[in-house]
Amino acid sequence: MGSMNKYFFKDMSVMFGRSMRHIFRSMDTIITVSITPIAIMLLFVYVFGGAIETGTENYIDYLLPGILLMTIGSGIAYVAYRLFTDKERGIFERFHSMPIARSTVLWGHVLTSLISNGISVVVIILVALLMGLRPAAGILEWLGVFGILGIFTLALTWIAVIAGLAAKTPDGAGAFSYPIIFLPFISSAFVPTDTMPSVVRAFAENQPVTPIVEAIRNLLANQPVGNDIWVALAWCMAIIVVAYILAMRIYKKL
Amino acid sequence: MKKNIIQIKAVKKAYKEVEVLKGVDFEVEQGSIFALLGSNGAGKTTMIRIMATLLKADARSVVIHGYDIEKKPGDIRGCISLTGQFAAIDEILTGRENLQMIAKLRHLKNPNQAADELISRFGMSEAADRRVGTYSGGMKRRIDIAMSLVGNPKIIFLDEPTTGLDPEARLEVWKIVKELSATGTTVFLTTQYLEEAEQLADKIAILHGGKIIALDTLEGLKKLFPPARVEYVEKQPTLEEIFLTVIGKKEEK
Repeated sequence: MGSMNKYFFKDMSVMFGRSMRHIFRSMDTIITVSITPIAIMLLFVYVFGGAIETGTENYIDYLLPGILLMTIGSGIAYVAYRLFTDKERGIFERFHSMPIARSTVLWGHVLTSLISNGISVVVIILVALLMGLRPAAGILEWLGVFGILGIFTLALTWIAVIAGLAAKTPDGAGAFSYPIIFLPFISSAFVPTDTMPSVVRAFAENQPVTPIVEAIRNLLANQPVGNDIWVALAWCMAIIVVAYILAMRIYKKL
Repeated sequence: MKKNIIQIKAVKKAYKEVEVLKGVDFEVEQGSIFALLGSNGAGKTTMIRIMATLLKADARSVVIHGYDIEKKPGDIRGCISLTGQFAAIDEILTGRENLQMIAKLRHLKNPNQAADELISRFGMSEAADRRVGTYSGGMKRRIDIAMSLVGNPKIIFLDEPTTGLDPEARLEVWKIVKELSATGTTVFLTTQYLEEAEQLADKIAILHGGKIIALDTLEGLKKLFPPARVEYVEKQPTLEEIFLTVIGKKEEK
C-alpha cells in the first residue's frame, strides 16, 4: 500500500490529464454547456427583463447567479456521461487491475469537472460583462463567488458520479441533470419570490438554489450576505457528504 | 520442472442464487500459454476477473506469482495485466497517448520511450498519432494488447482476444500471443473457439458446469477420444481459407 500512496497524486494527475484532453479535444462540450445559459440570459435580459421588477437597476446583475448555476447543472451531465463511457468500455477494469490506488480514477473525473465547469462559468461571466454586468465586488468577494460555485460544482459532481456509475444507457447518465437545470426557475434566480403563490413560494425559499443565488448576488453587489451564505454552504456540504457516500458505495461494487 | 505461476484451488463464485464456479482447480506453468475453453456463460470471464483482482470469489485459494490474492492483491496487480473482452482503450486519445498513459500509471522511468518501443514492435507507426476512435477493429485489438504489455508484466490475461475480429486480425493476434510466450511471458487466455486453443495453447482446460472437466495438453486431450481412423475425404476449402487467399493475392500485387 505504501507504494500506492506514494504515487497517489502522480496517478491522479495522469487521470486528470487524460480527461482534460477529452475536454479540449471536444470543445463542443464547453460550447454546448455555455450556449443554452447564454440564450436564456439574452432572452431574460432583452425580452422579459424589462417587465420584471426586481428592485435592482440592472436586471443582468440580478439574473447572473441563477444562470451560473444552470451552466454548472448542464456541465455535470457530461461528467456523468464520461464516467458512464469509462465504465462501459472497460476502462475502469483496466485501471482497477493495475497497481494504482482505485480512487484516483474517480478523483481524476471530479477534478476535471471542477476545472471544465470553471471554464464555462468564466465564459458566461465574460458574456454577461459584454451585456452590461456591472459587479461591485472586490477581489475577496469574487473569491467568495468562485468558492461557492466550486463547492456547488463539487456537490453536483458527486451526484453526477452516482448517475454515471448507476446508469444503464448513455441517455440515462445525463437525464438526472434536467431537474437540476430546471431548479433555478423555481427559486429567486429569475424573479423575487414575493409574487409566487404560497406553496410555490415556500418551496422556492427553502430549496438550495435560493440561498446560493442570494449569497452570490450579494457578493457580486458587494452587499452583506447575511445568513444566506451559511445556509448555502450547509446545503452543499450535506449534498457532498450524502452523494459521496452513495457514490463510493456504488463504485466499490463495480 | 518449471514452477507454477498461477495456482487455483477450489474457487467458487455464485451470483445471487446462480452458482457459476463450483470449485475450480488448475495450475499454470510459468512461460506457458494456457487456454480456458468453454461455451458462452460458462464462467470464463468470471474466472479471469477473479484472477485480475476485480472480483472476489466466495471460497478461494488463488496464488499468483507467489502472492496470495487475499493478502497481496496490490502485488498481484503489479505483475499481471488484463485485456478484457472489449477493447478498453481511450478512443479520444491517440494510440501513442494511450500507451504513454499506461506507462505513466505503471510508473516507468521513461514512459514515452516505452510507448515508442511498443509502437514499433507492433508496426503501428503510421496509426500511432491518430485518435483510436478512427481505428479498425483489428487495430483497436492490437493497441489494446500493446497497452497490456507496457512494463512487461509477468502474466497476461486475455479474455476472448479474437472474438469479433476478422480472420486476418485473428491470425495477427495469434502471432502476437506466440511471440509473447517466446519471450517468457505467461499467457492465460479464454476462448470459445476450439481452433484457437488448438493453435496456441500448451495446456487446455475445459470449463463446463462450473468445473474444470478436462485439463491437459492437446495431445493428452486427443487420447481421451478413440484412436483416429484414416479416411480419405475430398476437402473443400473453407470460406476462411478462400478469404485469406484472395486477400493475400491482392496484397502481393
